[in-house]
Amino acid sequence: MTAVIWVCGILITVGAVLAVIRAEKGPSMLDRTVALDIVVTAMIVAVALYGAVERRTDVVPVLVVLSLVGFVGSVTIARFASVEPEGEGRVRTREEIAAQEAERMDAEDEAEGTRRTDRREGFDEHHGGGAEGEVRG
Amino acid sequence: MTQDQWTTVADVASAVCLLGGAFLAFAAGVGVLRFPDLLARMHAGTKPQVLGLALVLIGLALRLRSGGAVWALVLVAVFQMLTAPVAAHMVGRAGYRTGKVRSDLLVVDELTNDQELAQVRDQGRPDDDDPRD
Repeated sequence: MTAVIWVCGILITVGAVLAVIRAEKGPSMLDRTVALDIVVTAMIVAVALYGAVERRTDVVPVLVVLSLVGFVGSVTIARFASVEPEGEGRVRTREEIAAQEAERMDAEDEAEGTRRTDRREGFDEHHGGGAEGEVRG
Repeated sequence: MTQDQWTTVADVASAVCLLGGAFLAFAAGVGVLRFPDLLARMHAGTKPQVLGLALVLIGLALRLRSGGAVWALVLVAVFQMLTAPVAAHMVGRAGYRTGKVRSDLLVVDELTNDQELAQVRDQGRPDDDDPRD
C-alpha cells in the first residue's frame, strides 16, 4: 500500500506541476482556465488519496466543495472571455507601463480642460428638466 | 472467503482504482502542456475530470466502506458529471468566438460551415443582429 501511495502522489504532483507550467505559458485566458481546472482536479484526487490512506471520512465534504469551486471558476472566466489584442498575454515592461500611464493622464487632463472651457463659455448643462409631457400655459 | 480476505480484496481493488485516477491526472498534465491548441488541451483536461475522478472516488469508497460517506462520494461524482460538460461547453464556445480554435487542425468544422451558410441566406435581409448570436 505504501508504494501505491507514493506512486499516486508523485503522478498527481507531476501532473499538477505540468498544468501550472501551461497556466504560466498559456497564450490565452482560456488555456489558463483549462490548466487551472486540471490543478483543481489534481487537488480533488490528492484529497481523496489522503482520505483513502488515512481512512478518514471527514474529507468527503472537502471533495464536494472543491468540485463546486472548480466549476464556478471556469464558467465565470469563460463567460467574460473576449478577443484579446495582439500581445495582450505578454507581461509588459516597466517602460511600457509608464508610457501608457502618461498617455492616459494626458487624455484625462485634456478632457478635464475641455469640460472647464465649455462651462466658462456658458454651455448649458441640462440637469434634469421639466417633467415629460408637462402642459405649459 | 473470510472477512479478512474480503478486506484484502477491497484494499487491492482500491489501490488499482487510485493508481488509475492518479495516472489520468498525470496524463492530463502532460496533455495540457504538449497539445497545440485550446480544444486539444480541453480534451486532455477532461480525462481526470470524469473518469479519473470516478476511479479515485471508487477507490476511496472501497477504502472507507461506510454508508454515509459513500453516498456523499456518489453525490460528488454526479455533480461533476453534470457540471463538467457545462464548463467545457462554455470554454469551447468562448474559445471559438474569440478565435482560439485552430481550424487547420480540425477534421470536421460544422459550426463554421453553418455560419457561412446562415450568412449567405441572410444576405438581402437587413443585418439586424450579429449572426454569431
